[in-house]
Formats: sequence, structure tokens, C-alpha cells
Amino acid sequence: MNALTVNKMTVVYDKQPALEHVSFSVPEGSLTGIIGPNGAGKSTLIKAALQLIPARSGSVEVFGQPYKTQKQLIGYVPQRSEVDWDFPTNALDIVLMGRYRQIGWFKRATNKDIEWARACLEKVGMEEFAKRQISQLSGGQQQRVFLARALAQDASIYFMDEPFAGVDAATEKAIIQLMKDWKQQGKTVLVVHHDLSTVEDYFDHVLLLNKRPIDCGPTQSVFTIDNLEKAYGGSIAFLQKTTAAGGRQ
Amino acid sequence: MSYTLWIILTGCLVGITCGMSGVLLLLKKMSMIADAISHTVLLGIVGAFFVSQSLNGLPMLIGAAVVGLATAFFVESLHRSGIQSDAAIGVVFTSFFALGVVLISFIGDQVHLDTKHALMGEIAFVPWDTLQINGESYGPVAVWMLGIVLILNLTLIAAFYKEMKISTFDPQYAKLIGVPVVLVHYLLMGMVSLSTVASFDSVGAILVVAMLIVPGATAYLLTDRFLTLLLLSGIVGIFSAIIGYGAAVYWNVSIAGAMASATGLLFMVAFLFSPKHGWLMKKVKQRRLAAGS
Repeated sequence: MNALTVNKMTVVYDKQPALEHVSFSVPEGSLTGIIGPNGAGKSTLIKAALQLIPARSGSVEVFGQPYKTQKQLIGYVPQRSEVDWDFPTNALDIVLMGRYRQIGWFKRATNKDIEWARACLEKVGMEEFAKRQISQLSGGQQQRVFLARALAQDASIYFMDEPFAGVDAATEKAIIQLMKDWKQQGKTVLVVHHDLSTVEDYFDHVLLLNKRPIDCGPTQSVFTIDNLEKAYGGSIAFLQKTTAAGGRQ
Repeated sequence: MSYTLWIILTGCLVGITCGMSGVLLLLKKMSMIADAISHTVLLGIVGAFFVSQSLNGLPMLIGAAVVGLATAFFVESLHRSGIQSDAAIGVVFTSFFALGVVLISFIGDQVHLDTKHALMGEIAFVPWDTLQINGESYGPVAVWMLGIVLILNLTLIAAFYKEMKISTFDPQYAKLIGVPVVLVHYLLMGMVSLSTVASFDSVGAILVVAMLIVPGATAYLLTDRFLTLLLLSGIVGIFSAIIGYGAAVYWNVSIAGAMASATGLLFMVAFLFSPKHGWLMKKVKQRRLAAGS
């Protein structure tokens, strides 16, 4: 079964199309990398799919049902730079935000919720920073707090927007471990990613995008030089470098 | 209760009511909308007068809430359509306020409501304008209005505490996980509008702006915790009112002006000497770092 199906998604910024008729689907339990050059609309695609920004047209289905009715299944890790880390609160508190649906309106987090949040922090190696002010965390640690928050949601499909951007080795390891765990639990993961050299190691599926979808499917069949050339417009030196790093002929 | 105590109580209520709702705007980086709302409510007050022919309580609160929400709505809409948010605030703020000023001149001779009054207020007259029921006097109207708005604000903050926190920190994520982000936004705008109009008559727009923005900015320098920040903003508002009143009596100057100045003074003290984010501590830390390396 397809965990996510996007139909003819078009997004327009200031009359410039950011995405044109993007249709693709990813199977349940897959680990999909969304790859493409800068400005290809990778982040725009997940934001539009999650209805965080308006799309001009298009529809989204999650496990065969309209997105609107399936929101509770979605976990999300935004780009770290999208929030103000000077906000007065600590790491545990941020992770607790992921439990919002379970806690409900007008209610306070119970001890069970707090334990759950702590366990999530522990999974990403951040348990000792639970009470740390978020502005005093390093970039990688902040990223791990976001991972823990998504983990706390206990979702079925996870969307991550450039989680590897500018993080340290420990955080990179934590993200990879988390993706493996999710895959093992049969969860579906979509990751906006820009480092071509790691695509084959991290993902079993790839969506190659440049405003339009170039190709989507299992990594071996999609992550080819031909396709990359189509997506990146044949900037030769760049492609040769990625070939050396593992792109397939 | 003596006149002095009524005036101080009014100032304290303004401080705590505006301080607590204002700091939420500060966290959303929308402090300037406080400035806008505190002026545009004038239009609401005048509008309410046209409809109800009185300058009292409920119609005024409703009028101000409507115009306050309209201000927030138009600023948001203009911003969405591509105008910078500070310009959007400027446009909406000045046009609504100007419209209010024009309308006031139609009714200027009927009631005691003029632009000078709207800007500076007159807190010294608060104790005389009392709530009368069957000939009995039940304390100043301003205190009643502020008290009701404060209780309403506290109730809303308590009820939507989580929602306010999440949607302020990360509005997109909040939307995704089912927080009613738009509702919470307009609740906050409603709180600011009501706080403004309840304070407006007694202390004027200038002190309202000061009390909405400065106590929050001061508290922000003193703590890293959300709840503490909320409470501290209210407390700084109260202290500003008390210090301001003392200064006004001592130097025989405008009470509202002195209270507004006191907020600035407290901010400067926090800015220089806050143990967490103060200028002095930063210098000390830099020196220690330099010495250590």
C-alpha cells in the first residue's frame, strides 16, 4: 500500500511556479530521500503536502485517505533555522509539544507524558540535557531535540526537512539510527536531503525533483547519472564528483 | 479606600493586565501591533459611542475588541498579500486612528473625549468615576473594568497555556499537530484589545503601549522560563505603577507619564544588571573568557 500519494501539486510564489504538477507516491515502510538542486522545491513540496503553505492545486492522500483526516499520523521535523531558539523554555518542554494530541485541550501533561518525552530524549542521546535552556544547546543538539519531539508524536509517516544540514557526527549518527528504527517498525520516512554522496547509503527510495518530478522509485533505478543530469541540468564537474562518490552509470 | 490607593490599584491593574498580554506579543515578535491596537481602539470607543450614546463599560469594551481584532486581521491580511509587516502595521494603525480622531470631532462637544485625553488619559480622576447601583457607590469603574479584563485574561492564559506556548514557538508545527493556531492568535489579539481599552480611559494610549511592551521586554532579560516570564511581566508592570506613582507625587508631575517612565527605568536596570542577560554580566563573562584563554 502507498503511505503517501501526492497528485498534481502546484505551488506558486510571486507568480513564479515553485512546483509544477508534482505527482508521486511512496510505499509504506519505505525510506525516501527527496533530492534535487537548490531551488528545486524540495522543502516547498513537503510543506505544501502538509498544508503548511498553500498550494494552488493538487491533493494529498495518506494511506488512501484524504490528508485532512489523517493528520494525526504525521510526524514532522522542520528545519532548525525556522524557529527562534531564544524562546524561553527547556529541551524537555519542546519534546512534550510532540505529545500535544495525546494530552488534549485544557489538560496538563501527566507524569506518563513526561516519562515518554524523557525516553524520546534518551533515544537521541539527549537525556542529560532535558532541563537545559534551548538557546544553550549546540545546533546538532537542537536538531536532536526536534527529532525527539517528532519521535514523541509516535507517528506513522515522518517528514524531515534537511535534518543533516550542519550537524555534528553524533547527531548524524542519531538521525541514521532513528531512521533505521522507524523502518524496522514499518514506518514511512521522507527526508529532504542534499548530500548526493550519502543517498545510496541512507535511502531505499528516491524522489528526484526539479520543480517537476524527474523520477521516483527504488534508489537503484532512480539514482542514475541520466536522471541526475536531468535534475541538475548537466553541470559536468559536479556530476563527475558525485559519480566518483557513488552515483551509478 | 483612599484616593491614593485607588489610583495605585488602577495603575497596578493596568501593569499586570497589559504586562502579561504584552509579553505574549513580544515572544511572537509582534510588539508593534500593541502600539497599533492601543491607538486604533480609539475608533472602537468612538464607534461604540455612536451606537450606544454612552461612554461606559460594555459597549466600549465590545467596540474596542471589534476594532482591535479588525486591526490584527487587516495587518495580517496586508502582510499575507506581500506588504512588509511593519508597513502593514503603520498603514492600518494610522488610518484607523485618524478615522477615530475625525469622528471624535463630531461628538467632541457632547462628551469628555478628546485626543489629548486619549493619548495621556487622566488617572487622577479615576477615584471619582465610581460604579453607582441604586445610589450606592461600589468603587471606581476603571478598577471594575480592569479587574474583569484581568480575570478574563488569566482564564484564557490558563486554558490555552499549552496552545499559546506551542503556537508561539513553532506556529507551523503547531498547526500540523492540531493546535487551533488561528483561534489562539485572535484570542491573544482580543486579550490585548480588551486590556488596552480597559486601561485606555484611565491612563491613555502612551502608558498602555509602555505597559504592553516594556515590562515584557524587561522580564525577558531576567528569566529563561515561559511561566516565570509571564508572571514576571505582570510583576514588573505592578512595580512600574507603584514607583511611577511615588515619583509623580514627589515631583508633582503627570502620573501616567511617571508610570511610563518607570517602566523604562526598570528596563534599563534589567538591561544593565540582569544576572542572566545583563550588559554587566556579559562584560564579566567576556573578561573571564579572555583571562582564561
